[in-house]
Amino acid sequence: MRAALLPLATALALVASPALAVTIEVTIDKLVFSPASVEARVGDTIEWTNKDMIVHTATVKGGWEVTIPPKSKGRIMLKAAGAVDYFCRFHPNMKGHLEVSP
Amino acid sequence: MFIRPTAALAALLLASAAPLADAAEKPTDPQIAHIAYTAGTIDIEAAKQAIKKSKTKEVVDFAKDMERDHEAVNKQALDLVKKLKVTPEDNDTSKALVKAAKEERAKLAKLKGTAFDKAYIENEVAYHSQVDSALETLLIPSASNAELKSLLETGLKIFQGHEQHAEHVAGALK
Repeated sequence: MRAALLPLATALALVASPALAVTIEVTIDKLVFSPASVEARVGDTIEWTNKDMIVHTATVKGGWEVTIPPKSKGRIMLKAAGAVDYFCRFHPNMKGHLEVSP
Repeated sequence: MFIRPTAALAALLLASAAPLADAAEKPTDPQIAHIAYTAGTIDIEAAKQAIKKSKTKEVVDFAKDMERDHEAVNKQALDLVKKLKVTPEDNDTSKALVKAAKEERAKLAKLKGTAFDKAYIENEVAYHSQVDSALETLLIPSASNAELKSLLETGLKIFQGHEQHAEHVAGALK
């Protein structure tokens, strides 16, 4: 029985998450997140590209934080569904939004 | 405590506007570059003082953020003036800024602990707010080179971010 189920489980796992997960690009240029609002699904990765000369963060109050060094990238895989607002901790006038569906 | 540095900066902006108006109505690009660079240097000096004197993590972290950002912006400014073959030119506004900053540093040097933390952060809010309005009303509109104008506009967004960041830290200290 177990031997028969294993390949099936493996096949499902392959179909269910990695195949569908995508990387969504957000650019930071002159202290602006673009696009400012992003729709994603649990398992997707958000990748920020910082074109500025200074370090930024993508910070969720009471939640996660990603540091994005100057002229560099930072990323996070989304683990929870829901809508979150994020901002740069060093420049709180920079704001972004994520809509994460299950 | 909050009024003095603000008043000093407001006075200097008014005072510096007059001679500039007499001379050429608006500062030239070499003068603007000098003013912007000087404004950054002043905040780096203030940050170094705070890193040395403060024992509060939030304050020291904030000061390190200021030091890092303003050094990056000033490096960019130096690269730009080199590329444009512009020699920054000292002027009355830069001199007044330096004089006011020296007085502020001397005042802060006498304070300790919470009193220092509060005075430093309050001055950071006031200083960034004053520099923001100088950028918006005088420096950006007067800049004639497009790349200089663009750098000043980015600088304005950074300074506005710093002002909000300073307000957050000020709120946390209360």
